[in-house]
Amino acid sequence: MTDQQQADLRHDEVQAGTTTGLAAPSVDVTDARQNSLWSDAWRELKRNPLFWIGSVFGVVFLLMAMFPAVFARGADPRDCDLTNSKLPPSAEHWFGFDQQGCDYLANVVYGARNSLVIGVLAVLVVLVLGLFVGAVSGFFGGVTDSILSRITDIFYAVPFILGAIVVLRSGTLGRGVVAVAIALAAFGWMTAMRLVRSQVIAVKSSDYVAAARAMGASNRRILVRHILPNAVAPVLVYATITVGVLIAAEATLTFLGVGLQRPAISWGLQIDAGQSLLRTAPHLVLFPSIVLTVTVMAFIMLGDALRDALDPRQRS
Amino acid sequence: MGRYVARRLLLAIPVLIGASFLIFAMVYALPGDPIRALGGDRPLQPAVVAQLRDEYNLDDPLVVQYVKYLGDLVQGDLGTDFRGREVSETIAQRLPVTAKLTVVAILFETVIGIIAGVLAGIRRNGFLDNVVLISSTLIVSIPILVLAFVAQYVFGLKLGWFPIAGIGDGWYSYLLPGLVLASASLAYVARLTRTSVAENLRADYVRTARAKGLPNRNVVVRHTLRNSLIPVVTFIGADIGNLMGGAIVTESVFNLPGIGRAIFDSVRQQEGAVVVGIVTLMVFFFIFFNLVVDVLYAVLDPRIRYD
Repeated sequence: MTDQQQADLRHDEVQAGTTTGLAAPSVDVTDARQNSLWSDAWRELKRNPLFWIGSVFGVVFLLMAMFPAVFARGADPRDCDLTNSKLPPSAEHWFGFDQQGCDYLANVVYGARNSLVIGVLAVLVVLVLGLFVGAVSGFFGGVTDSILSRITDIFYAVPFILGAIVVLRSGTLGRGVVAVAIALAAFGWMTAMRLVRSQVIAVKSSDYVAAARAMGASNRRILVRHILPNAVAPVLVYATITVGVLIAAEATLTFLGVGLQRPAISWGLQIDAGQSLLRTAPHLVLFPSIVLTVTVMAFIMLGDALRDALDPRQRS
Repeated sequence: MGRYVARRLLLAIPVLIGASFLIFAMVYALPGDPIRALGGDRPLQPAVVAQLRDEYNLDDPLVVQYVKYLGDLVQGDLGTDFRGREVSETIAQRLPVTAKLTVVAILFETVIGIIAGVLAGIRRNGFLDNVVLISSTLIVSIPILVLAFVAQYVFGLKLGWFPIAGIGDGWYSYLLPGLVLASASLAYVARLTRTSVAENLRADYVRTARAKGLPNRNVVVRHTLRNSLIPVVTFIGADIGNLMGGAIVTESVFNLPGIGRAIFDSVRQQEGAVVVGIVTLMVFFFIFFNLVVDVLYAVLDPRIRYD
């Protein structure tokens, strides 16, 4: 039999496999199962107070980032009057004034956008890197896996904040929002990679993957259609929590003086500026800290609630 | 066991080299000319610049610079900074501060975390259990930066129980920063212990121990705790490396002259040798403690064999 004939035969088999009535119901079954995982999860989520608290704060944060003017009560963050310097909170100006005499509520509200953009952007980069490296590593195994895993180990061994500081100080990326997001992602993708890799290895040798392979599916198709959907639930949980962690990390980097710079508005910059005035005007550190904490908490709560809902083993 | 340790040590070498090269390459990319900065307002003589550049191998390609650095490193020479001070000297001076901070943090993490976890685990869904669950969720969600300021403001400034900054009061000045540094891990240890204890209390050997008529105290302390603490001990071990790397924020807020501060200052002053030296050391600690933990796992849990 020539190669061409063999290929034809395989082609026929694939055709036969996809056109027989047998294939159709099996697809339905997996569909129904997927639906039930997500609808189960939703039923579970609806009962979880953590989910609702996290959602409410998350939505408020989102709206604040998108329409800051609505939340700033008509004040402009850059409209400052030095005579108001460091005035404490009042009925008119809920968060008081900062050292330059700017309305502090407006400043804190306008800081949400940078946090959100950096958090989401960094998580996207983390997911792309983690999914790609993890999937390739887990799927191909062998030498590829060894090399990619060692590279991951190398990044993992460098303390997170430290790596980001060096990236930002190296200055090749600048000091803007994108630079901070990339610096955070560059040393934050390893957990996502390990998560995806272990999921891929766990299902790689399962029967349905072997079946897909026997039907002539390409590596890419097997990975994307059959293996990676298994990783969606844990990756979703991880990504939600990580948005919160990265927002906190951005504030930390900016506080340390390597993140965003003035005239950008950022909670990290506000905490940094308030630090030296802790004795005379504690509200300058207090308000951005509270808003930052509540934001981070919202994402972590959402992630926790998602994990409880999506991990059937914990249900009892 | 010996073979396993040897294999792990061999595997750690490329990671160590890779991580230090990564940092080396990034520091090399730092903008500006450190030699010119050294001269300040008055430009240095070209001959002096040339000599300094030669002395610090600044004109070599990156890889050559790195190989030369590595050659010195193997002989225990971490190089000198641009003021002619030995990097190893800087480390020797700064490391004790970070080490003390880490020790205090580990103690908090171990003592409070395990006690809270055990109390929560033995009465699942009880009052204490809920307190531990809720407070650990809260603590994990508070950024360490915020926690450091709140602690400094409340306990340092308002109540005056602890020094606000610096290390002027010996071990006492490490208590507050140590607690802040430990907070997230503490919450995690509590949760880990809780889950582990609750799981082990349902095990057959615990039922046997109870059936023998052992008092509850013995069942918990002698039988359950021993097995429950295996994952906790390993987490705490691996956490030592993390804490040392994470100390930079705590050291900044509380103004402790430790290794984290040293790295941060050096990055600002473009002291490449100091940054690379300290980060390499941190990576070494990280790998070392992880290795210790893996071996410890085998010692604590005889079911695990590494051959």
